[in-house]
Amino acid sequence: MKKTVFFGALTVAGLAAGVAAAGTLDDVKARGKLNCGVTTGLVGFAAPDANGEWDGFDASVCRAVAAAVLGDPQAVEFVPTTGKTRFTALASGEIDMLARNTTWTFSRDVDLKFEFVGVNYYDGQGFMVPKDLGVSSAKELDGATVCIQTGTTTELNLADFFRANNISYEPVPIETNAEAQQQYLAGACDVYTTDASGLAATRASFEDPAGHVLLPEIISKEPLGPLVRHGDNEWGDVVRWTLNALISAEELGVTSANIADMAAAAGNNPEINRMMGTEGNLGEMLGLDADWAVKAVSAGGNYGELFEKNIGENTPVGLARGLNGQWTDGGLLYSPPFR
Amino acid sequence: MTTLTDPPRESFRLSMLIYDTRYRSITFQIIALIAFLTLIGWIINNTAQNLADLGKEPSFRFLSEPAGYDINQRLIDYTSQSTHLRAAFVGLLNTLLVAVMGCALATVLGVFIGVLRLSKNWVVSRIMTVYVEMFRNVPVLLWIVLIMAIMIETLPAPRAFKGDSPDATMKLFDTIALTNRGAYAPEPLFTRSLGDLHLFGQSSLNFNISLDLLVLLVVFFGGLFVSRKIKTRADKIQESTGERPTTWYLRLGVVVVPIIIVLIALGFHLGYPELKGFNFKGGTYMRNSLIALWLALSLYTAAFIAEIVRAGILAISHGQTEAAGALGLRPGRIMNLVVLPQALRIIIPPLISQYLNLTKNSSLAIAVGYMDITGTLGGITLNQTGRELETLLLLMLIYLCISLSISMVMNWYNKRVALVER
Amino acid sequence: MADLSYVRTEMLAERAPPATSVGFVGWARANLFSGPFNSILTIISLLFIFMVLKGLLPWVFSPTWSATSLAECREILHEMGREGHFSGACWGVIRERWVQLFFGFYPTEHYWRPIVVFILLFVALAPVLFAERVPKKLIWFSAVYPFLMIWMLWGGAIWSPLAAMAGFVIAYYVYKAVSVAASEVLGLIASVAAAIIWWLFLMGPVVSGLSSILPIGLEAVNSRNFGGFLLSITIGVIAIGFSLPIGIVLALGRQSDLPLVKYICVGFIEFIRGVPLITLLFVASTLLNIFLPPGTNFDIILRVIIMATLFSAAYMAETIRGGLAALPKGQYEGADSLGLNYWQSQRLIIMPQALKISIPGIVGNFIGLFKDTVLVSIIGLLDPLGLSTAIRADAAWNGIVWELYGFIALIFFIFCFGMSRYSMYLERKLKTSH
Repeated sequence: MKKTVFFGALTVAGLAAGVAAAGTLDDVKARGKLNCGVTTGLVGFAAPDANGEWDGFDASVCRAVAAAVLGDPQAVEFVPTTGKTRFTALASGEIDMLARNTTWTFSRDVDLKFEFVGVNYYDGQGFMVPKDLGVSSAKELDGATVCIQTGTTTELNLADFFRANNISYEPVPIETNAEAQQQYLAGACDVYTTDASGLAATRASFEDPAGHVLLPEIISKEPLGPLVRHGDNEWGDVVRWTLNALISAEELGVTSANIADMAAAAGNNPEINRMMGTEGNLGEMLGLDADWAVKAVSAGGNYGELFEKNIGENTPVGLARGLNGQWTDGGLLYSPPFR
Repeated sequence: MTTLTDPPRESFRLSMLIYDTRYRSITFQIIALIAFLTLIGWIINNTAQNLADLGKEPSFRFLSEPAGYDINQRLIDYTSQSTHLRAAFVGLLNTLLVAVMGCALATVLGVFIGVLRLSKNWVVSRIMTVYVEMFRNVPVLLWIVLIMAIMIETLPAPRAFKGDSPDATMKLFDTIALTNRGAYAPEPLFTRSLGDLHLFGQSSLNFNISLDLLVLLVVFFGGLFVSRKIKTRADKIQESTGERPTTWYLRLGVVVVPIIIVLIALGFHLGYPELKGFNFKGGTYMRNSLIALWLALSLYTAAFIAEIVRAGILAISHGQTEAAGALGLRPGRIMNLVVLPQALRIIIPPLISQYLNLTKNSSLAIAVGYMDITGTLGGITLNQTGRELETLLLLMLIYLCISLSISMVMNWYNKRVALVER
Repeated sequence: MADLSYVRTEMLAERAPPATSVGFVGWARANLFSGPFNSILTIISLLFIFMVLKGLLPWVFSPTWSATSLAECREILHEMGREGHFSGACWGVIRERWVQLFFGFYPTEHYWRPIVVFILLFVALAPVLFAERVPKKLIWFSAVYPFLMIWMLWGGAIWSPLAAMAGFVIAYYVYKAVSVAASEVLGLIASVAAAIIWWLFLMGPVVSGLSSILPIGLEAVNSRNFGGFLLSITIGVIAIGFSLPIGIVLALGRQSDLPLVKYICVGFIEFIRGVPLITLLFVASTLLNIFLPPGTNFDIILRVIIMATLFSAAYMAETIRGGLAALPKGQYEGADSLGLNYWQSQRLIIMPQALKISIPGIVGNFIGLFKDTVLVSIIGLLDPLGLSTAIRADAAWNGIVWELYGFIALIFFIFCFGMSRYSMYLERKLKTSH
């Protein structure tokens, strides 16, 4: 009897605390820092350098959002997360957004209650084998030992693929890419499977990249994108349209080099003007400054520039644009219009 | 008749709850209970509230859903279509496997090193000191990843066994293949096998026990029993006549001969591993993650056990050894009959707590991808289902059960060997 | 009569012992080659040492200190004609990253803070470690040190640690006042209540008020910037520091005559000791926020410190229980016969002795916990081992293995070996004093 009253009081206190929490956008502005979840280290996507500065394709998305919201691409706290901790970190509010090569799946969206705001990299699970193994298709891998990076959808896709083709294999689950690479190079596994981008990045760092081939089979769709919590649509919109701004900027030819000129005064292209904030009030609708997109793009460049700088063909990762080209170039990147 | 010495009957006052020693302990306990229950209730209340906010409902239904992932090293049947519960069971067996193997190897190594540390040979005792300090003062997780890295880098890949003049060959008359994927050894096969014993039918926890193995064990222990009987008889004869009959061939025979007969009856032969395609096929197989974890845990724990053994032996006063020597015992018998029985009483309790540590440390298997209970239930299952609360509670409960059973054994032993002090 | 004495009247001059039983030869004969078995053992051992060194030394001595990437290391070794995987270490990674391995991402301009904290740690430990050589008053510094450490590492206004300490002062004076006015027991309850009220409700406004009036403080450092050995040491020292009082309470609770209190304490201790630390860290990383009121949000390092504190408190309780059990019964009886009550006898007689006996055990606990802090790499914190993964993800160092592991192992060895030697010395010292 007495106890119920006491718990009642605690519940009320708890509810009060719950209601007091404001929207994520206001939280971030009040804090002056964006808490962004990234991987603990993946070449080209996110890794700290000797000075502790995080760099990479995913990290750049965080910086763009920070620039759009706070005006400062450096105002990001990078929170390294593992496959196990990333969703709890986001659900518990420890991070405001997660940009950690996370595949957009039904159950994550619906069951785990997250909102994927878009896709910043279209990936698929592939296989890498040493050239001298003489394998040209994944279907010839009967009985092979396969290194898998865990904590993702990878092990499920792999199990499905081998079961569907009725061939046997031996899985070797490994936590980090660095260890998987080490095992693969030493021949402790015949095949290394993870997202094709990761494979390419890994291969690029080998002493002898030409000695390894990526098999033609891509056994899954892996749309990787940033995600936020369900139920905070204002914040979801901010992240979604920051990503779209990066993509649109490339489509419209806005780069970090010419953006200052374009933003200075309204030009001929009304969509660019709307995006740059020289026309209309898109920024205001988002609850941001009028020049939010200018800041986002200035932070590191448009989507294409980020791609080239971090994972493009001239970097050690050396990925081709492929599916990640603009829709005008036959790729899948298609940002809704800024209107 | 009333006596005057009776204390005056006091009426109960509230302050007696604190000042009167009769009531004070009850008061305190009630306060403690309320505080404790409040804390528990507070946590449960928060959890319920938070889960409701996240839209999750605690439920263990995921355990009966298909796991969807494969496990490489397993003691029982498992496919990716088996349930999460089955995966957890596979993991639990793997945990127990590495724990038992680790405890055995760590004990052997630890005793060996502990005795050698006391060796009069300067070089040997120094090497052992370096070993003990090296392993004790570096985190076990680092040892696990280091040994895994060493195994991967130094052992040959199965590919190296291929071709006419291979870079690597199988060891021990072509029976054992050591590769950087694991060790392949011949497996015992029976042409006239008795089949398997199926336990727990269709449930997720079903498993098979080989009847052949059961029969062999029964025969082996039967042989040991008879052998003991022969020994006690020989002792009796020695006591009454002073002559000890030679019995060693008889004692060896009753153990070995029946086993050989049973093996022949069952049609025993060995299945050798063979390189086929990408990997060796046939034979028994131990993955390198298991070997690395097993070695690292054993080597690490052996360093602690060595210190325990050394302390145990040193604790037996030198007078005991000298007295035994004065009685005319040879050094070997002094160790066996005088020093060790006394030292064991000191050694065993900390030894068992090292076993406990080793079992708990086996949870670091995830660092090398060995699928123990932390790797299945607390690893991939947790990742795939997103049920942190349920999986972690279950995981901790399982470890708690293992630890408590080991502690129970320890307490039972302590009671048994406790010195009855006069 | 002639003096026909066959007894020698003067001593013979002492002769040197045979060359085979003195000096190096004698020592070697006694210690290395005292029998055929021993000789074989010695030769095998020497051969073993030779093989290990032969494999290891060329690898260790490789002139790659100045390299800036793994490719450059390979080039340097290639030019020297050394090929293959084990031809030489690539020490460039250590040169470039050793500062990061020690300090994580702590701001460079504030490196002096952890260094000062580390040095002050020894000052704070001096009353425990070198009790007879330092003034007694220094114990006050030890008591203040945890707050000083937290403040210096995390920065912020100086008022927060001061206010937190004020809680203890308030508790003390409330205890004094109430125990004089009413009773000791009531005083104890009142002081605990007063301290909790102060910490939970009054401290926040007071601190913010003081900070706005007198903003004295250090620049705040976010705990995400902690990494490397700084993180390991911080977690280890804070967890051990805070687990000591909790451990004392648990140990006393476990020995208590009150069954309920005893069972709660036993249950807690056995639960924590029965599960692996990694599961507790999983709880810290995924569940702790769920257990707390909605909206509360600690950062992950704080949550790990909380779990590590609870973890080491259980072990600490067992160590202190061992110390309590080792005290002769006469001490308890003596305290009782002086008419001291439970708390007085604990404070004045039992605890000082029991804690002194427990010091080597506590040092052992600390070594264990310090080693166990590498487990936080599994939940994604960048401790030395976690950082090594991050470094290997850097395009320049992708493929490095041994150098980082070796370096980290070496540093851990230096720390732990030093501490274990000290604890052994302490044990010997304590033994002779009885």
